[in-house]
Amino acid sequence: MNQWKNFSKGFIKENPVFVLLLGMCPTLGTTGSAINGLGMGLATTFVLLMSNIVVSLVKNLIPDKVRIPAFIVIIATFVTIVQMAMQAYAPALYESLGLFIPLIVVNCIILGRAEAFASKNTLVSSALDGLGIGLGFAFALTILGGVRELLGSGKIFNITIYPENYGMLLFILAPGAFIALGYIIAIISKLNKQKA
Amino acid sequence: MEYILIIISAILVNNIVLNQFLGVCPFLGVSKKIETAIGMTGAVAFVMVLATVVTFLIQYYILNPLNIAYLQTISFILVIAALVQLVEIVLKKVSPSLYQALGVFLPLITTNCAILGVAILVIQKEFNLMQGVIYAFSNALGFGLALIIFAGLREHLDLQQVPKGLKGVPIALITAGILAMAFMGFSGIV
Repeated sequence: MNQWKNFSKGFIKENPVFVLLLGMCPTLGTTGSAINGLGMGLATTFVLLMSNIVVSLVKNLIPDKVRIPAFIVIIATFVTIVQMAMQAYAPALYESLGLFIPLIVVNCIILGRAEAFASKNTLVSSALDGLGIGLGFAFALTILGGVRELLGSGKIFNITIYPENYGMLLFILAPGAFIALGYIIAIISKLNKQKA
Repeated sequence: MEYILIIISAILVNNIVLNQFLGVCPFLGVSKKIETAIGMTGAVAFVMVLATVVTFLIQYYILNPLNIAYLQTISFILVIAALVQLVEIVLKKVSPSLYQALGVFLPLITTNCAILGVAILVIQKEFNLMQGVIYAFSNALGFGLALIIFAGLREHLDLQQVPKGLKGVPIALITAGILAMAFMGFSGIV
C-alpha cells in the first residue's frame, strides 16, 4: 500500500509541474505539441528512474560532503545516454527538442528527488518514486502540449480535430505556453482543494 | 555591425526567458521584488560570461582535440558547478560588499538552465570567443530586462484584485505570457 503511494503521488497530489512548480523550463519550452511533450516527459522519466536507482544503491558509499557533485555526475551520465540513444533512434524528436535534451541535467526535479528521496530510502521505494514523479511530469507535459496543440492548430497527436485555420497560433508560440500553463495550474489547484 | 546584431537579437528578439524558455525558474522565483531581481541579474551576468569563456576553452582545447565531444554535457555542468563555488569563495575574500549583494543568489545559479543553455548554444552556433562573450553578456542583459520588468509588474499585481482561483502563480504566468507577447513585437527588427 505504502509502495503504491510512492508511485501514485506524482500524478496529481505532488505533481512536479502543476503542484510543486519544478522543471518549468522544459515544461514551457518543449510543449509546442503533445508528442514533443510526451517525448520530453519520457526522456526525463528514464533519467529520473535510473538516477534514483543508482543514487539509492550508492548512497552509503558517497561521503556526505561531495554528494551533490556526485549526484550531478550520475544524472549527467544518464542524460548523455538518453541524448545518444535519441539521436540514433528518434532523430526527428531529437531535432525538435534540441537544446532541452542536455538541459535535462539541470532539471531541478531530478536533483531534488535524488537529494530528498533516493538518498534516504530503499532501492524499491526510490525506483517507484522516480517512476511515479517522472510519469507525473510526462503526464503534465502531454496535457499542456495537447492543450496548446489543440488550441493552436486544431490537432492532438497530429490527428485533426478542427480545421487549422480556426486555431489561435498564439498558443503554439512562446506566450501561449505561459498563458495555458497559468490556467491549467489554476484548475488543478482548484481540483486539489475540493478533494481535501 | 555583426556584434550589434548579436546584441539586439539576444536582448529583444530572442529573449532568453520569454522566447527561449531558459531560466524560467529564477524568473518566477526571485521576481517578487525589484531589488532581488537586480541582484540576481548581476550574479547571472557575472557567472554567465565567465562560464561561457571557460566552457568555450574546454570545448575547443580539450574535448575536440581528444575527440570526446560526447562528454560535453557532463564536463560543462561540472565546470559550471565548480565555477560557481569558486566565484563564491573568491568574492567572499576579495569583495565582501559584492558578496553581500550577490551571495545568496550564487548557489541557485548552478541549476539555472540559462547558464548551461547559453554555454551549449555558443558551441552550437559556432561563435568565436569574442562573439561568444558578447552573446553571453547580452543574454544576461536580456534575462535582467525580462526579470526586472516582470518584478515591477508583480509588485503592482499584489495590489490588484485578482480572481481567487488565479491568485499567486497562475496570474503571474498569465502576466508573463502577455509580457512575452509584447516582446514578440520586436521580432521584425533583425
